[in-house]
Amino acid sequence: MSDPLVEVPLREIAHGRTGDKGDRSNVSVIPYAEDGYAPIAEQVTAERMRAAFAHRGAGKVVRYDLPMLGAFNFVLDDVLQGGVNGSLNLDGHGKSLSFLALSVSVTVPQSVVDNARAARAGDGA
Amino acid sequence: MPEARFHVGNAAGFATDRVDAGVPVVKALIESGAPAALFYETLAERTLAYAQRNKMRDADKGYTPDLERFLAPVLADCVAHKIPILGNFGAANPAGAARAIHRLAKELGIEEIKVAVVEGDDVREGLRSMQVQAWEEEPLFDVGRQDIVAANAYLGARPIADALALGADVVVTGRVTDSALALAPLLHHFGWDDQDWDRVAAGVLTGHLLECGAQATGGYFADPGYKDVPDMADIGYPIAEVAGDGDIVLTKPSGTGGRVDPRTVKEQILYEIHDPANYLTPDVTLDLMQVAVSDAGPDRVQVTGAKGRPAPETLKVTISYEGGWLGEGEISYAGPGASARARLAAETAKARVEREFPGLAVRTDVLGLVSVLDGDSGGLSKHHSDTDWQDVRVRLAVNADDETTAARAAREVETLYCAGPAGGAGVRLNVMPRIKTASCLIPRESIQPRVRLVGPADV
Repeated sequence: MSDPLVEVPLREIAHGRTGDKGDRSNVSVIPYAEDGYAPIAEQVTAERMRAAFAHRGAGKVVRYDLPMLGAFNFVLDDVLQGGVNGSLNLDGHGKSLSFLALSVSVTVPQSVVDNARAARAGDGA
Repeated sequence: MPEARFHVGNAAGFATDRVDAGVPVVKALIESGAPAALFYETLAERTLAYAQRNKMRDADKGYTPDLERFLAPVLADCVAHKIPILGNFGAANPAGAARAIHRLAKELGIEEIKVAVVEGDDVREGLRSMQVQAWEEEPLFDVGRQDIVAANAYLGARPIADALALGADVVVTGRVTDSALALAPLLHHFGWDDQDWDRVAAGVLTGHLLECGAQATGGYFADPGYKDVPDMADIGYPIAEVAGDGDIVLTKPSGTGGRVDPRTVKEQILYEIHDPANYLTPDVTLDLMQVAVSDAGPDRVQVTGAKGRPAPETLKVTISYEGGWLGEGEISYAGPGASARARLAAETAKARVEREFPGLAVRTDVLGLVSVLDGDSGGLSKHHSDTDWQDVRVRLAVNADDETTAARAAREVETLYCAGPAGGAGVRLNVMPRIKTASCLIPRESIQPRVRLVGPADV
């Protein structure tokens, strides 16, 4: 059976949440299904995340991998442009930033997208 | 027979959280029949600065303004069923909060109630004589500056557990780590050793999962079509069922909205975490690298694998100081050409502010095109120049040293009514003082937390 590669926003295969402390944000990226972990580990590097936040003045970006939890944690310095302390952005905490992170694109087999969708649908809601 | 699990419920994740959230949580705790505690987390980084200002205006105040509204619906049931309530709702005035709780208890007809306070976190006076160390890469904060509004050390769980040992029905604290409010009743109930690092780590993780209230149960999570959450208007706040060996099951009261599943729990585990192998607290260094979550039934998730190492020798102090003034103005444009008129309005107001106040930090947004994701210099919005959204709002914001400058800059949005583009509507102006925060470290032995019972008339 063919399983073509497709380019999709990260949001199609993962979810996440932003937290803040001072002028530093952390964004979790959590694949919906297990087969999303490897392509994220390979493609969504700290450098790529830093590029996605370049217009926010991103400084150092570190990615922590948590294979047991099935998640990644990106820590981004300086992206709050002053933090809650001094930001002129309406969103001084950067609470919306997980959706900027989830707009980074990944190229994955169609089955990875399908499995993520199935994992979301199969949650017994 | 296995030892019964201890249940910890959370009823608030910040000072202005839903005041009715505790009712279904307490009902569930009572119905379970398990030994239990309930906690309220109401202190964000800046909250203590506002509390200190309230206390300066009225020496009886300075605790969480909604304290009585939070406690009134649950206090009698908790006292009757021996479910201790813990909260950092004492803020800048734990003893004042304790007296307010006694007044509330009397109004509710509660005949006997023991209220304990934990004090010693307030180091505004003492900080200057302490051996202050820099926080992470930040430059060492000048603790001698005159505009410090609040300075508080993060206390851990031990003094709160000691307060429970006094038989307290309610324990009121000022600044403590959020997680200490959940760890303390576990230390007290199971008699865990303070240096049993893995169990203490499990207690800190329990607190971390619970401390933001609904963020563990579908709040700050819902994304329709991707992550659906039922009945958010009646979202249930979280309950952790913790075993003596540190095994955690996270759930929520039956019959409430929201959801608890591995995804809601994973998001909360990593919330505000930096290095997941080294989450520093005054109680333990928590290592999350081996933590795993698994489905344990409808709205039940098991969390295992928290590891602990010795706590740091220093305590974190958060200092709040005067941070100048924020000035904001907003105006709407709608219908055909709205985006172009909004951009013209933003440029016009910004040009006026920059001319009148050279060097002032100013930012403009067109809300509806791109705003919160953008940087101060508008890097993203340049890519949206072709879009013509038909209902957008212009926002201008400045940071100023003084109120007058902030107000005058914001007024440049109001002048757009008559002197700006066509159809400018619905101006709102906001001018408010800002509080800045900084952190530093102090040696652990600089602080002696105090625990005492406070009666209705005690100072």
